[in-house]
Amino acid sequence: MDLLLPEFGLFFWTLVAFLTFFFLLKKFAWKPILEALNERESNIAESIASAERVKKEMAAMQSENEKVLNEARAERSQILREAKETKDKIVADAEGEAKGKANKIISDARQQIQNEKMAALTDVKNQVGNLVIEVSEKVLRSELKDKEAQEGYISKLASEIQMN
Amino acid sequence: MKKQVFIYALALIALFAFPLNGNAQHGAHGAAADHAHAEEGKLDIKGEIFGHIRDAHDWHITSFRGKHITIPLPVMIYSPTKGLDLFMSSKFEHGHASYNGYSLNHTSGKIESADGSKFYDISITKNVVSMLLSIILMLFVFTGIAKKYKSGIGRTSAPKGLQNGVEAVIDFIKDSVAVPNLGKDKYMKYMPFLLTLFFFIWVNNMFGMIPFPPGAVNLTGNIAVTLVLALIFFVIMLANSNKHFWGHMFNPPGVPFLIKLILVPIEIVSNLLIKPAALAIRLFANIFAGHTIILSVVLLIFIFGSLSKVAGLAFLPVSIGFTVFMFFLELLVAAIQAFIFTNLAAVFIGQAIEEPHH
Repeated sequence: MDLLLPEFGLFFWTLVAFLTFFFLLKKFAWKPILEALNERESNIAESIASAERVKKEMAAMQSENEKVLNEARAERSQILREAKETKDKIVADAEGEAKGKANKIISDARQQIQNEKMAALTDVKNQVGNLVIEVSEKVLRSELKDKEAQEGYISKLASEIQMN
Repeated sequence: MKKQVFIYALALIALFAFPLNGNAQHGAHGAAADHAHAEEGKLDIKGEIFGHIRDAHDWHITSFRGKHITIPLPVMIYSPTKGLDLFMSSKFEHGHASYNGYSLNHTSGKIESADGSKFYDISITKNVVSMLLSIILMLFVFTGIAKKYKSGIGRTSAPKGLQNGVEAVIDFIKDSVAVPNLGKDKYMKYMPFLLTLFFFIWVNNMFGMIPFPPGAVNLTGNIAVTLVLALIFFVIMLANSNKHFWGHMFNPPGVPFLIKLILVPIEIVSNLLIKPAALAIRLFANIFAGHTIILSVVLLIFIFGSLSKVAGLAFLPVSIGFTVFMFFLELLVAAIQAFIFTNLAAVFIGQAIEEPHH
């Protein structure tokens, strides 16, 4: 069966053509194409890796942000608490001081009132004394007008005196 | 759209490639035209089929009223005594004339020398022309694509047009053929060969399905072509084989001596003969069989037609249906056989370059 026997001519031409084809394609087609494909593949792989990295970085940054935010919140509440405490203290202090001052004013006022009262009483006492003296003078004057009666009374008193 | 192309192709086969030979035979050439078709009115099935499957010195388009319409091709003959002869095959007048002491045997399609002297026929036959056309087409397409990659399309941006299709095949060869069989570190060295092999076989398988020039050939179904491909693979395999490969072949470790006596010859034959031979024969036989079946199914019309015209006409749709089916199948086979040849080449090279892993 001559179909199973390779013909020399076709064998020869196929060998020449295929080898030429192979080397031409290798140099002018496969090399640039495979290079481009590999380059693109590594580019894509790199891009994916860097995207993944950025994603991780973003997540880290976010958690850091969260942390900072929490810290800021805590600090704020602490500041608020401290401010409230200071305010309370100031108010309490002011209240105490005010009370003290008021008490002092009141006690001063009491003292003054007492003093005034005392002064007034003394004055009254003095005036009463003066009045008594005046009245007594007047009474005495009027009593001492009657000379006879006076003499009578002195004599009486003198009689009463016993000479021992 | 595709189906239309197929039906068109089939119509062309039916109209041009297989004219009813009844009365057409004895026209212009008279009694001398009595060659491929043995007797008047009789259909020479074997002659028809093998006339289309084997290589030829001219490209037969059709025969009409006994006239063969063919594209003549250059004949190149080198004889150690007479030197180089170069002339067009039309000089033979389809086997009816001899030229420079050479004549064309119409039944075998081969050139014979009148004095029986030894010579080498290195003619540009229709297989060679078809192969060269397919190579020119592929060179044109692939260097065009390479130029696109060089300019940056597909490198930094998305690939465009035909790049997508070729890239899919390249990725397929890389990811399913080269990397699994040759390993991630070594596959790149063999990629150009595997790609060239795959595209050469695939495109030429497809060219063989076109029923008119540049097709109507049976290139990958020719043992000479598949033998060349297998030999090139074989040379590459041997050139890259390592110590481990030869060591395992001549002295398989851990095998008793008596078994070695049987095993070593088997290993040698399987590695150095069966591997390349199986590749060559598998591709040849598959494509050869596909062409034969399609031709046979088409010829069924004329077999029935030779019984009676009505039977032939009645069988027409059945035969066309079968042929369409076979064409689809061959479309599949064209890709599958290209893949199998490439994949097995990668597997065998992979075995030859495998490093000891113990």
